[in-house]
Amino acid sequence: MKLLTHNILTSKCLKGVTVGYPLGIVCHTQAKEVKVNEVEFNPEFISRMIQKVDWPALCKAAENLGHSDDLPPAVVDDYENNEEFLKKAHHFLMEIEVINGDLICPETGRKFPVTDGIPNMLANEDEV
Amino acid sequence: MSGRPEHQAPPEIFYGEDEARKYTRNTRMMEIQLVMSERAVELLCLPENQPCHIIDLGCGSGLSGETLTEQGHVWTGVDISSAMLGVAKEREVEGDLILGDLGQGLPFRAGAFDGAISISALQWLCNADQKSHNPAKRLYIFFSSLYSCLSRGSRAVFQFYPENSSQVELITSQAMKAGFTGGLVVDYPNSTKAKKFFLCLMTGGQQPLPAALGVDSREDAPNCVAFSQKRDRMKQLRAGKAPKKSRDWILEKKERRRRQGKETREDSKFTGRKRQSHVW
Repeated sequence: MKLLTHNILTSKCLKGVTVGYPLGIVCHTQAKEVKVNEVEFNPEFISRMIQKVDWPALCKAAENLGHSDDLPPAVVDDYENNEEFLKKAHHFLMEIEVINGDLICPETGRKFPVTDGIPNMLANEDEV
Repeated sequence: MSGRPEHQAPPEIFYGEDEARKYTRNTRMMEIQLVMSERAVELLCLPENQPCHIIDLGCGSGLSGETLTEQGHVWTGVDISSAMLGVAKEREVEGDLILGDLGQGLPFRAGAFDGAISISALQWLCNADQKSHNPAKRLYIFFSSLYSCLSRGSRAVFQFYPENSSQVELITSQAMKAGFTGGLVVDYPNSTKAKKFFLCLMTGGQQPLPAALGVDSREDAPNCVAFSQKRDRMKQLRAGKAPKKSRDWILEKKERRRRQGKETREDSKFTGRKRQSHVW
């Protein structure tokens, strides 16, 4: 699960949850359970995604994973033309992958396990 | 023939380890899925040469996702079968995968995606796989959550296999209730084999639907034999002879019988006369 995907995931499908965002991330042993890949950089795509991304949530997630070095704390002005910023955004959004861990609903504490890179968002019948 | 898959078991059970493997090894299946995925992306009418963020609903083993990757898009897939997602992982598809039930709603933030496709999945939502399931309610929850996680002006295209017209009605009514506009595009409507249903939903207010393929009867469905032309040729075989059951045909037949020496009634003004149709 890339951090871009984590950034758009919520637990709002659960009963009693109003916002359900952002989901906390917990990885039990960071060494084995977070992977860094190499993904082709597409500045146009990253530029458009930055508009949709919740930057503080991205920072918090990267911190939880222990991979927040070099992450800019906020979106800079005129980011569309700032290739260095776009490259950094690309690295954190597209190249950091959570393999095993848990996503946590901020309102109910309910855990959604991530196994082999795939988050399990299935809710029980009494939860929807 | 075992009938429709969704009548046999819920999707997460039907698509177990064996079926998931079979599905993704069947080259004919893969070809069909590829063609349908390309058509679905075409119907999405995405801006040219722009990589978009797409959600693949019922992504299965990632066959349709590969078309999205090929066209330069970034996608995330949702499916209820962990076996199918396992195959997708093995095939190292580019998109992120999520294990989830579409009928429980899509767990994404508003405006997260620029478009949605779905290949051969929507019909699974029409069946109640558990006692607590109400298909209409699940469809509504699905469509309304989809509507909110799509950015304004984007579309959702679903290729699916409706069982009957009331299923189509159920699906479209829930989609409209959720705020979508749009409708059904039926490619090759006159060919049983090639006919494909695409539900095209829009978020930006009423827009004209894209044109269907194969509606001009002269345009042949790809990979299909032109049966109608063959049938016409058969009809012409009686050229030169009188059409069956006409008065001329009756007289000719009686002549034939006389030549064969069989007992035949005399011809009269009543031979082969038009009879009044019976009212039973």
